[in-house]
Amino acid sequence: MKDKGITAMYWLSALMIMGILFGIIGYIVVKGIGAITPDFIFQAPAAGGKSGGIGTTIISTLYITLGSLIVAVPIGIGTAIYLEEYSRRQSTFAYLVNVTAETLAGIPSIVYGLFGFVFFVMFLGLGWSLLSGSLTLAIMILPTITRTAQEAIIAVPDEYRENSLALGASRWQTISRIVVPSAVPGILTGIILSIGRTVGETAALVLTAGSSLGLPTSLSDPARTMSVHLYILAMEGISIQRAFGTAFVIIVFILIINYLANWSLNSLSKANRWEKG
Amino acid sequence: MEKIKLVSKEISVFYKDFQALFGINMEIQENLVTALIGPSGCGKSTFLRTLNRLNELIEGTVIEGQVFLDGRPIYDKDMDVVALRRDVGMVFQKPSVFPMSIYDNVAYGPRVHGINNKPQLDEIVEKSLKSANLWSEARDRLNAPASRLSGGQQQRLVIARVLAVDPEVILMDEPASALDPISTAKLEELIQELKEKYTIVIVTHNMQQAARISDFTGFFLNGHLVEFNKTEELFIRPGDKRTEDYITGRFG
Repeated sequence: MKDKGITAMYWLSALMIMGILFGIIGYIVVKGIGAITPDFIFQAPAAGGKSGGIGTTIISTLYITLGSLIVAVPIGIGTAIYLEEYSRRQSTFAYLVNVTAETLAGIPSIVYGLFGFVFFVMFLGLGWSLLSGSLTLAIMILPTITRTAQEAIIAVPDEYRENSLALGASRWQTISRIVVPSAVPGILTGIILSIGRTVGETAALVLTAGSSLGLPTSLSDPARTMSVHLYILAMEGISIQRAFGTAFVIIVFILIINYLANWSLNSLSKANRWEKG
Repeated sequence: MEKIKLVSKEISVFYKDFQALFGINMEIQENLVTALIGPSGCGKSTFLRTLNRLNELIEGTVIEGQVFLDGRPIYDKDMDVVALRRDVGMVFQKPSVFPMSIYDNVAYGPRVHGINNKPQLDEIVEKSLKSANLWSEARDRLNAPASRLSGGQQQRLVIARVLAVDPEVILMDEPASALDPISTAKLEELIQELKEKYTIVIVTHNMQQAARISDFTGFFLNGHLVEFNKTEELFIRPGDKRTEDYITGRFG
């Protein structure tokens, strides 16, 4: 009897989660799909977003995502390799880096935005720009990329390293030819999760990339991403319907990204199964 | 006629506070199979790993004494560890193939040593797989993932991978412990063939195996080398009571 009650509760909570998810997505689809036309996707916004499309904001989103990845991925993977393969595991420095990464991961994005505004926009004089926005988001996603890369590197069996070293490979050859390739699916998962965060980021970007509707043509141009556009459309009451249209496009982006993340996770576990077989 | 390939001189190994080996002295002859036996934790694997300096990968390990390979002291400061490990290859307990193709597994060693010429690599891969008795089973699927091979085939692939870097000594750490009887028989046969060209040191749990395949046997207990002798001598006329107790199955 008690068992049944608990099972029912689990079911109910599972149903609620599904309900909330499909409710939100469904609502956005219903409200937003009316706005979706080829022009909406490809045209630049006009009259502050009242008319025209969201083409420039899609491109700005892609630029900023790409920019932050170019900065964060090499640093994140490099840090992970250093921490897991070079530093002694109990060293104070490794401990400090780990704690810092964990703390950074928990900081709200608006705080990153404020830091980016003070440091990149004002102090370094980069202004509201693609560069300031990308650097700020790079700092924001760095902990995620580092942590997932660390986990992926830890998961590489030690036997691979031993075998490689016993064959006379150097430490760096072992890392670059065996450890990192084996960790790629896990590293990729972290990158994809980070892309999801940058696509959805608003607060940090309002403060660092500005909200210009023009198409950015250089790193020093300001840019408005889809999420920032959505925020302004709704906040300033410009067009609720277009806000939902934008939300719809964001959701499509996020779903694609999640699909890719699942796919890379699956190929990771498949590779592990092989290894056991 | 007999030539000493490896000499261990007063080798002691410490893991932090724990002393794993106590002043081991041993002479290992060229082109013969030397077996190291003893109960779990007796130090036989630790000793094996001192022969290619693999112990020093573990943090907090201190090694005293010296090992000579063809008279060269391998624990000298100016010893090139990479070159040492090329000369002294190692096969581990668990066949651990890299997550890549059969071909790339075998070519891994030569590649890290700078051979990138495709015809030359092809030749090395074929020769190594042939020497490891795997060529007939693998020739048609060299580009298949190595993980698709059976356990016994994987262990022979690992041996081919070691042979590809052209070692002089091959260390084997319980190479048959994860294999079925048929694969084990094939492996033992292979070891007999390999000793024509290589010096082999093998750690084994299985005393029958040591008796079947080895020319010399060393018996380890609690970090000491209790007895080292010709295999038939050691098994027929053990000189130490503890050896006798172990090989007659009274403990271990």
